[in-house]
Amino acid sequence: MTEVLSEQMGRGSHGGALLEVDNLHVEFRTRAGVAKAVNGVTYSVDAGETLAVLGESGSGKSVTAQTIMGILDMPPGKITGGEIRFRGVDLLKLPDDQRRKIRGEGISMVFQDALSALNPVFPVGWQIAEMFRMHRGTSRADAKKMAVELMDRVRIPAAKERVNDFPHQFSGGMRQRIMIAMAIALDPEILIADEPTTALDVTVQAQIMGLLAELQRDSNMGLILITHDLGVVADVADKIAVMYGGRIVENAPVHDLYRDPAHPYSKGLLESIPRVDQKGQELYAIKGLPPNLLEMPTGCAFHPRCPYRRDNCVTDVPPLYTISGTRGSACHYWREVIDEGER
Amino acid sequence: MKANAESILEVRDLVKHFPLTQGIVVKRQIGAIKAVDGVSFDLHRGETLGVVGESGCGKSTLAKLLMALERPTSGSVRIHGRDITTARGSELKRMRRNIQMVMQDPYTSLNPRMTVGDIVGEPFEIHTDVVPKGGRRRRVQELLEVVGLNPDHINRYPHQFSGGQRQRIGIARGLALQPEIIICDEPVSALDVSIQAQVMNLLERLQNEFDLAYIFIAHDLSVVRHISDRIAVMYLGKIVELGSDAQIYDGPTHPYTQALLSAVPVPDPEGRETRQRIILQGDPPSPANPPSGCHFRTRCWKAQDICAEQTPALEARPGSDHPSACHFAEARDVVNAQ
Repeated sequence: MTEVLSEQMGRGSHGGALLEVDNLHVEFRTRAGVAKAVNGVTYSVDAGETLAVLGESGSGKSVTAQTIMGILDMPPGKITGGEIRFRGVDLLKLPDDQRRKIRGEGISMVFQDALSALNPVFPVGWQIAEMFRMHRGTSRADAKKMAVELMDRVRIPAAKERVNDFPHQFSGGMRQRIMIAMAIALDPEILIADEPTTALDVTVQAQIMGLLAELQRDSNMGLILITHDLGVVADVADKIAVMYGGRIVENAPVHDLYRDPAHPYSKGLLESIPRVDQKGQELYAIKGLPPNLLEMPTGCAFHPRCPYRRDNCVTDVPPLYTISGTRGSACHYWREVIDEGER
Repeated sequence: MKANAESILEVRDLVKHFPLTQGIVVKRQIGAIKAVDGVSFDLHRGETLGVVGESGCGKSTLAKLLMALERPTSGSVRIHGRDITTARGSELKRMRRNIQMVMQDPYTSLNPRMTVGDIVGEPFEIHTDVVPKGGRRRRVQELLEVVGLNPDHINRYPHQFSGGQRQRIGIARGLALQPEIIICDEPVSALDVSIQAQVMNLLERLQNEFDLAYIFIAHDLSVVRHISDRIAVMYLGKIVELGSDAQIYDGPTHPYTQALLSAVPVPDPEGRETRQRIILQGDPPSPANPPSGCHFRTRCWKAQDICAEQTPALEARPGSDHPSACHFAEARDVVNAQ
């Protein structure tokens, strides 16, 4: 981070969490209508903390991340409200050149599909070194040396020999390591990992998740892990934000959410995991389909699929009720959902 | 497991090598990708055989060989005693009626320019004697109803349906010819979590209703366990372990199976700090140049000299009750290990 910015951002003196997303609204103007992808998302992450954002496709989890990074395509995307505060400063109000400084040095991102995120016509070492050349003005030779060190750090075997190889010469797991190397090159304080292991096999997934955890421990990064995999979340998260229809429907520390979920959607997801003692029985399935963002249901977005639905769910949008200091649920009947326990 | 049921599919020593060639005018073979390298198993009526393994282990090539979409290099696939790999012409067409497939990606496996009625009814145009022409539309509507779709949507196009509904269309197409065997190649992996359970329930209901046998290919091990009676674990073109779901999940004997199971994240944060993990190093070797002897030895923590010299046979060894292709097979509970 440049000195001007650090001064402006008054390192650690602003009182809030390291990164705070506050009531963010994003919509997409399409020919078919306005798709409300993010409708008032609020979450925060601190140094050394892992926040898992859990949700299905279309729930707005990736759009939120892209907005934080400032890489949302606008148009068609449009931020219609809210703030994203990094060290207390609203990123959405910063001019482009200051935003660019934060990208990579303050907040950085690992994408799902490493093959399409890497440039196929440049060697991987060159692409990693680009981070140093562009942000720090390092000379070519030095930047390349630093790229090799980074490749070693993310455990790419024979980094020195492979620094001039192209992305297609690496396996999926190794490509994801290169993505991670690029993301951590400038020691960011926040790392956003958008489905980092979805395209990988389980044994490789375990390697990559292990690597991320280790890097986080070493540098005390805040990690935002975006995923739909309940297993991965249970393994690494400190706290969870469950998204549905562009809203946070539940946030909770990881143990609380798995022990007694307070929103019918999170509860349904947990119950639809096949379990050993239920073999041969019908799986619990959330009925119906995820909402169409062009025609969001009235009231609570989950009401057409919800077993707890009452009349006011159809008309009143539930606020994120506070359950305790660290927990919230956007369900009018969260008490019932918790009390009932397992169906 | 339905041990007494007759076996309707017998696969013996199935091998598929794809040649690697060099030269443009004069092509010379310089090697082969050993995609499937000696696979044998039986499938019984009404049973589900799960096939698990990582990408590149030959699961999908195996599916294509069973469907006779690829011709094997050697080996046989017998359906009711008749070999589909040597069948040609009308005989092959007749045999294919009995073995159908549900594809992984419901977004690319349905022709966007055909209506649902045309897609599900297409098998009847190829096999014209199954349903007389006048009754086809009615039959398609019945099939849509069976898989939980609205029969009135017969004239809609695939893009008008969600992912889960599209997968139902694919399943209806697979059911059209009333096969005994359906090969499901990753049928739920492209679907959202909340929709996966719906499709899994549908597959189980159809199995009970029509006495179907499934070959269920997937990489999600909890899904495979839920639906399978028996499970085959594949690594680099070979089955390394074969057993009932309890045998594979509670007492896996092959180191690869143990590593695979322990790598699966458990959806429960309790005790995650003390959970023991076997984390394999590196990536699977290339199937063009697999290691000598046991293919897994380069990533195995038990490997000794014998593993490089002798290929371990898939057989039950002392101390284990089901076939495993490891010289040092030994049961170990990795799922519940704390």
